[in-house]
Amino acid sequence: MPDSMTAWELIISGDATLYAIVRLSLAVSLSAVAIAVVIGLPLGALLALTRFRGRTALIVLLNGFMGLPPVVVGLTVFLLLSRSGPLGVFGILFTPLAMVIAQALLVVPIIAALTRQTIEDLWHEYRDELTAMNVGAGGRMATLLWDSRFSLITALLAGFGRAAAEVGTVMIVGGNIDGFTRTMTTTIALETSKGNLPLAMGLGLILIVLILMINAAAWGVRVWSEQRAG
Amino acid sequence: MRDISSDLPVRFEGVSLRAGTTTILDRLNFSIPPGTPTLIVGPNGSGKTSLLRLCMGLSTPSEGRITWGGRNALGPGRLAMLFQRPVMLRRSVADNVIYGLAKAGLPRKLRVARMEEALARVGLLELASRPARRLSGGEQQRVALARALAREPELLLLDEPTANLDPAATRAVEEIILMAAQSGIKIVMASHDLGQVRRLAGEVMFLVRGRLCERASAADFFDHPSTGEAASFVRGDLVI
Ligand SMILES: Nc1ncnc2c1ncn2[C@@H]1O[C@H](COP(=O)(O)OP(=O)(O)OP(=O)(O)O)[C@@H](O)[C@H]1O
Ligand SMILES: [Mg+2]
Repeated sequence: MPDSMTAWELIISGDATLYAIVRLSLAVSLSAVAIAVVIGLPLGALLALTRFRGRTALIVLLNGFMGLPPVVVGLTVFLLLSRSGPLGVFGILFTPLAMVIAQALLVVPIIAALTRQTIEDLWHEYRDELTAMNVGAGGRMATLLWDSRFSLITALLAGFGRAAAEVGTVMIVGGNIDGFTRTMTTTIALETSKGNLPLAMGLGLILIVLILMINAAAWGVRVWSEQRAG
Repeated sequence: MRDISSDLPVRFEGVSLRAGTTTILDRLNFSIPPGTPTLIVGPNGSGKTSLLRLCMGLSTPSEGRITWGGRNALGPGRLAMLFQRPVMLRRSVADNVIYGLAKAGLPRKLRVARMEEALARVGLLELASRPARRLSGGEQQRVALARALAREPELLLLDEPTANLDPAATRAVEEIILMAAQSGIKIVMASHDLGQVRRLAGEVMFLVRGRLCERASAADFFDHPSTGEAASFVRGDLVI
């Protein structure tokens, strides 16, 4: 694409390269969040409702992992997936799948830790009443997850925000291969260093709008839920 | 049906409850049979809430044992409890009641009708669609009562259910409790409102500092209290 085009023109003209990158980024981050939900929700709920040795340590660890440096996660996944690594036989390094796995690892602690906190607070409140109503373990879990669904959606959006905005893991395990594993954040990093500012800025704008939309959605969910469920 | 797996009588045998070094309840021996309402009376901190929680199986004795209908565990769904601070689920008023009915095993198609009947009984049918946690304390207390009664329990434990209510609502709730008692539900209720105790009680259990100081029919408790503590409590003096 010509360097003279401005960022806006790229966005408005529906530039194919730009939108392919946006699509891939969204697909990777959404898949990562989906996987993280499947692992993080039950893990968080289980941590909230069970007592075992080492539970506190696990919670501290999980909370700490919320701020895990993406490059370190990227490096770890890289070592696991590289040809000589334990999972090298699958040959998925430098594919979108590798990026999904790495981002899921980033997001699982966020969703699990926030779920744990939310469920545990609600359980503290509900415990006597649910016990008095003779609600079993499965029913408890279902009730708590359902009644805290709005907070959990917020946790999910936080996870998505983290995945969509990070550059470290996808750069390392995706390799930033043109047309294959190039995401918004890695493109911005690359194009900026090459001096192709319009594409970098176009993607930057889209990324910002996306993050704003996520935060607006999180806020909207909170307001709406307070009106509905109190 | 009711008698086959009845949770009554609830029997306390040498039951003590301690938290650290403080004794909350001290060697209680009694049995609560079916029949007229039992009112648990005593000053603040005398152990009324703790006793009800033990009855409900929400805490376990530090010493002694509790049996329900001769068994060591509660039967499912035969007891209901109203807490001193009502717990409202983050749902509408109607869904709070329906939740209780679902957990009591009532078939789905009967739930809405039963919910409406229960809410009408406590005078809150018009608030059915409101978020339960937005109601006032007194309204929440009545929702909790509707939720408990809708389950048609065999034994209903109430922990000062009218503490937050205005006089009219208090009378309404007392009438509901009396009606429940007449329909065969055993009422065990904590209160320190003597007027209320007079209106409701069949018998009185008087607690002082975790000990069962006196147990008598309501008439005897008020007219011929056998202990000095009970006599001064009935007179309205401070009991320490
Ligand atoms: N978990 C606990 N740890 C320590 N002390 C406790 C605990 N639970 C209750 N107590 C104490 O036990 C005593 C009895 O408490 P309880 O709530 O049963 O009294 P109550 O008769 O219901 O009082 P009120 O009329 O104020 O509701 C109080 O002195 C209270 O501080
Ligand atoms: Mg109390």
